[in-house]
Parts: sequence; structure tokens; C-alpha cells
Amino acid sequence: MAGGWLNGVKRDFTKDEALKEYFYFLADDSLILGQQLSKWCSNGPVLEQDIAIINTALDHIGRARLLYQELARLEGGDTTEDTLAYFRDHLQFKNALLVEQPNGHWGDSVVRSFFIDTFNFYLYDALRGCKNEALRGIAEKAIKEISYQAQWSAEWVVRLGDGTEESHNKVQKSVDDLWMWSGELFEDHPVFEILKDELPSFVSFKEQWIKKVAEVLKMATLIMPSPELWMQTGGRYGIHSAQLGYILGEMQSLARTYPDATW
Amino acid sequence: MGTNVSLEDKFQAYVDAENRVEPKDWMPEKYRKTLIRQISQHAHSEIIGMQPEANWITRAPSLRAKLILLAKVQDEAGHGLYLYSAAETLGEPREKMIADLQSGKAKYSSIFNYPTPSWADMGTIGWLVDGAAIQNQVMLTRTSYGPYARAMVKICKEESFHQRQGYEVVMKLAQGTPEQKAMAQESLNRWWWPSLMMFGPSDDNSPNSEQSMKWKIKRKSNDTLRQEFVDKTVPQAEYLGLTIPDADLKWNEERGHYDFGEINWAEFYEVIKGNGPCNKERIAHHVKAHEEGAWVREAANAYAKKQADRASNDASAA
Repeated sequence: MAGGWLNGVKRDFTKDEALKEYFYFLADDSLILGQQLSKWCSNGPVLEQDIAIINTALDHIGRARLLYQELARLEGGDTTEDTLAYFRDHLQFKNALLVEQPNGHWGDSVVRSFFIDTFNFYLYDALRGCKNEALRGIAEKAIKEISYQAQWSAEWVVRLGDGTEESHNKVQKSVDDLWMWSGELFEDHPVFEILKDELPSFVSFKEQWIKKVAEVLKMATLIMPSPELWMQTGGRYGIHSAQLGYILGEMQSLARTYPDATW
Repeated sequence: MGTNVSLEDKFQAYVDAENRVEPKDWMPEKYRKTLIRQISQHAHSEIIGMQPEANWITRAPSLRAKLILLAKVQDEAGHGLYLYSAAETLGEPREKMIADLQSGKAKYSSIFNYPTPSWADMGTIGWLVDGAAIQNQVMLTRTSYGPYARAMVKICKEESFHQRQGYEVVMKLAQGTPEQKAMAQESLNRWWWPSLMMFGPSDDNSPNSEQSMKWKIKRKSNDTLRQEFVDKTVPQAEYLGLTIPDADLKWNEERGHYDFGEINWAEFYEVIKGNGPCNKERIAHHVKAHEEGAWVREAANAYAKKQADRASNDASAA
């Protein structure tokens, strides 16, 4: 898997580095998705759903905090949850490219959430039984939120797919457009081999994910694109879309303007 | 005929005896209209009030601050929901209230027609705007209309929490770097007078107040509430080391209250009329979200109908 696009990215990790990397995958996915979802606040299609989507944003950001707090402990020194969120640049962010895709319309955001929530459901369920104590605790708390999120986003995919002709066509396009960002969730990564006795490899959730997504899309009367299609990659190595620069630019602007301030 | 007691008189006696009016009770049409106007206006204030704060969620300078702000704006959406429900008990559908908001027929608190250019505004809004709202809302927990009073009990608890959080944001700034302290002062300078305006026109110029007091919808006058707010807030500003932007502000030993300067009533009435810095922006934002969500609402309704049809087909097949 030596492609040109990922030429020169770091592939050798010590065990300590591998563990931190694994935490960054989870933490950065949560923060960037939470940040994106929070933009729906005051923009939802109906008040009840404004509240529901803000709730998912809260869960993601809350989970990101727990993960960054553990990462700050692993990194040591002056590192805090906030230095990790506000003072790293795009090359250091290891989130999947899917979560940095624009909010688009309600259907785009719902499908993006559905893909990642379904992945998170299998991942965090497995983490409840993993050998890392901190992750076990975080997963135990998170699984309740994730179960709700996965149900919420799947229900919306069905509602839009089996709603009106307009909503059907719109959400089918969302599925088609976002599909190429889904494969990265299960991509193999050198850290999985290093951590194989302690933590699950993301590759192991691929079959369950495809099965679940196929089931929900069928209920939604939508067509599932082939999992064999060409998938985008890079996020887990810090190679991102141009979107991430804007997301970080906005999120970090105030903290970086006054780096010595505490808030 | 002279011995007959009119329904209006009976209603007044019922309210005078501190009874709560419930949705199915008879009530004067004007009482119902007044409440719909007031409760829907209150609901719209919660909803429009989400915008100036949502504006800072993506830029909150710490994860903790981001989470607190997000949770606060979510609470406001929840308050809007209870209040729309309370107004619906008076026979007014939510769609109509929203249409009236968007057409400009219904009002919302004018304070939200001011912009939030600074992070410090997230603290100042919690401290002053929520503080002023609480002053009013504590009174409303004893309002004569049952569903409104009960909604207020729940809302007041959350609002007090928001006010403490807002005060904490300002305190961190006031005790922070010189730039942060300047940020807090600048924000207070902008929000102080609009906060005093939140209590409405002075008692001499408040057309709806007298009847509302009589029906115990309202229990304290605008000027009384405003004075209570000033008396409560001045020591808080002193504690923070911030200066309230009013040269006439001073303790009046004789009255046992702070005297304060004259509110700019011309500005107050202009902002109500639609000429505040953000009136157009706030409504345009609401309309845009509503219109962009139309296809989603239609899809949800169509799906719900299909599900209901399927269920009834299954039932008749069985």
C-alpha cells in the first residue's frame, strides 16, 4: 500500500506511539464531528431536531474531552485537553476524512452521522472489553450515547429515503457522494498490528458495518454503492481535505489569538 | 338581572383568590389573547436568542467552555419548546406562532437584536441578559395561568444555572490578562443599557401592564423589576472590578436603592420597530433554516403517514 498520495508518511511506531495514535484516531473523530454537528445549532429543520442534533454534538465533544484528557496524561509535560484541541495543526489531526466533510443539507449530515455512528457502535462496543482500562471506562459511558446516535441517524436515513420523492433523491445522492469517504474507517494501519493483543483493529468491523448499512439502506429503499469502489485515504496519517484547515481555523482562532489566557 | 354575577367578575374573583387558571377553564378572550401574545413572545425570545450565542459555539476558546455554551443553547431550545406547548394549550398552533414571528407580527425580546462580536458577550449575556430574564421569570412562576407558571418553574432553575455560568465566564476574563479584562469591560459597556431596556417601557408608558397586573399575569411593574435588577447587579460588577457605564449611577440612602441614568427610549422604540443592528439578520436566519428544512419536514410527515397506512393495512389483514 505504497501509493503516491501517502508517500513519506510515518509508518514506524513504537508501542507507546501506537497507543497514542489509536487515541488520536478516536479523539479527533469525536472532536471534528462534534464541531461540525454543532453548526446545526439554530439551523435545524424543526425545533425538536435542533435539540436532538445539538445533543449528539454535545456527546461527541464530551467524549473528545475524555479521550484528550487521557492523551494529555500519555503525552505528559504541559499537554492538556485544550492544547491538543487548539494548538495542533492539520498534519497532527488523525481523524477520518469522513467527519471533516461539509455539513451540506440535513440529508448529507444525517448520512455522514449514520456512517460514523454505525462504525462507532461496533468499535466502542468492542472497546468495552479491551485491555486498556481508560478506554474501557470511556467506552462503557460512550456506548449508551452511541446506541442512541446510531438509532437516530439510521431512523433519519430511513425517513428521508422512504419519505417523499424529493427526499429520496436527495438522500440517495448524499449516500453516493459520501460513500468514497467510508472505506477509510476500516482501513488497516500499522498501529493495529502493534496493539493487536490489547485493542481491536478497525478492519475487524468492516463486515458488520457493511451488513448493517445494507440493512438500513434497504429499509430506506436506497441503493447501496459497492464497497469495492475506490475509497479515499489519508486522514489517519494527517493528510486531509482542504476542509479541515477551515474547521481548525475557526475553532482555534480565539484560543490562538490569546495563547497565554485561561478561559 | 342585577344579582347576576358576570363571568368576567367570577373570573376576577377566582384569580383574586390566587387560584390557577387551567386550559379548560372559562377565561375572558382578552386574557387568552394577552397570554398567547406574552407566552409566544417569550418562546420566540428563547429561539431567536439561540442565534447570538450559537455564533460562538464553534469558536469557544476551551473544550469545557464549548460544552457549557452548547448545553446552554440547547436548554434555550428546550425552553422554547415548553413555551410553545404552553401557548398551544390556549388554542394557538405552533405553525401560526412561527408564521407570526417570521412576518414580524409577533415580537421577541429586543435584546437579541444586538450583535455578539466578542467572546466576552457569552459571559455578559449569561450574567446580565439571563439575570434580567430571571428577575421577570421568578415573578412569572406565580402567574395566574397554570401551564405558563409550571413551565416557568422549570425554566427558572435552568436560567439561574446559566446566569452563574455567565458570571463565571466574565469572572475569568475580569481576573485574567489585561486583554481579557478589557474584553469584559467592553462587553459590559455594550450590554448594560440594552439589559435595562429588557424590562420594557417605564410604568407611565406601559399600555398592557395595568390589565395584566389585575389578572395576576404580571405581579410587579416594569420599573420595580428594573430597580431590583440594578440593585442586585451593581455589587456584582463591583466585585468583578468592572465599571457600569452610567455616570448617574449612585446609591440613594434615602430610597434604599441605586439611582440610575435615563434610558435612551428613542433607541428602545427604534429597535422594537425593527431598526436594531440585527433585527433583519435574526429573522432572515430563522426563515432560511425554516425554508431549508421544509423538504425534511415534508419527508418526515410522508414517512409517518406511510407507516400509519402500513400499520392499518396490517391490522385489517390480521
